[in-house]
Amino acid sequence: MTTQFDCEEAVAKLLEYLDGELDETGRRLMESHLETCRECFNRAEFERRLGERVAQTASVPAPESFRRRVRGLIDSF
Amino acid sequence: MHRSAAGDPEGAPREADSTDEARRRRFFQSEVERLMDRLYGTGVRLTRNAADAEDLVAEALTTAWSRLDTLQDLQAFEKWVFRILTNTFVSRQRRRRETPATELEQEEEEGDPASLFDRLHQPFLLWWDDAEQRLLDRLACRDVERALDSLPDPFRLVVVLVAVEGFTYAEAAETLSIPVGTVRSRLSRGRSLLQDAFWRHARRHDSTAERRLDS
Repeated sequence: MTTQFDCEEAVAKLLEYLDGELDETGRRLMESHLETCRECFNRAEFERRLGERVAQTASVPAPESFRRRVRGLIDSF
Repeated sequence: MHRSAAGDPEGAPREADSTDEARRRRFFQSEVERLMDRLYGTGVRLTRNAADAEDLVAEALTTAWSRLDTLQDLQAFEKWVFRILTNTFVSRQRRRRETPATELEQEEEEGDPASLFDRLHQPFLLWWDDAEQRLLDRLACRDVERALDSLPDPFRLVVVLVAVEGFTYAEAAETLSIPVGTVRSRLSRGRSLLQDAFWRHARRHDSTAERRLDS
């Protein structure tokens, strides 16, 4: 059984870690590695911030004409 | 729709019905108002087109209203309505057969490019001061949107669900009717393609800035 991640394992599982998809053991091993490896910590921070930029595209101000259309639609239900 | 037992001579069930209906409508309206920009935004990300996004969201909301009775936990409305939005998009795509199978096969056969972090740390770029920050500073929201729009549909769908909407891998797999392993591989490939686009954007931006400085 793995008792600690090396850099290769950490990089391979980094995005799953940031997505919250690692189990408790994996999360613990990742956090332990990131606490001691500056290179992987920097990589994780960069990926996290890049991920935030991508997530920001989720919201686009809906045009007023579309808002009116949706309100009319719901009224017609 | 939940209907009360009929037969009350005083007409009470009808009144209860109408109260229940009004409450449901108010709930639906307020949730949709709250989520409007995100529903529209996700619609734009999925369809890559404002007009199609409006039609998609309208169709999805019509479906959501007709199925509201099947939603047991109203707290789960948000995830539920986004799932309906995505399913509506997938159904429309299937009807239009927009994604030729060969496109996906070709994409999956190609190897992943190096990660953006690795590229930013190539020796010839070490003169860049804080290369990651510099790249993030230059990456406008519009650039990210353009990069997302450039992804082939199967990858874009998974990236939008997981990286934009925050679905778990299992939820994305269920929504798209594909195995979790496929979500994982498409997400990985989709992110690599995104990072490739960000890298090209950074290089273009940098050479433009250099030309300006030289002139």
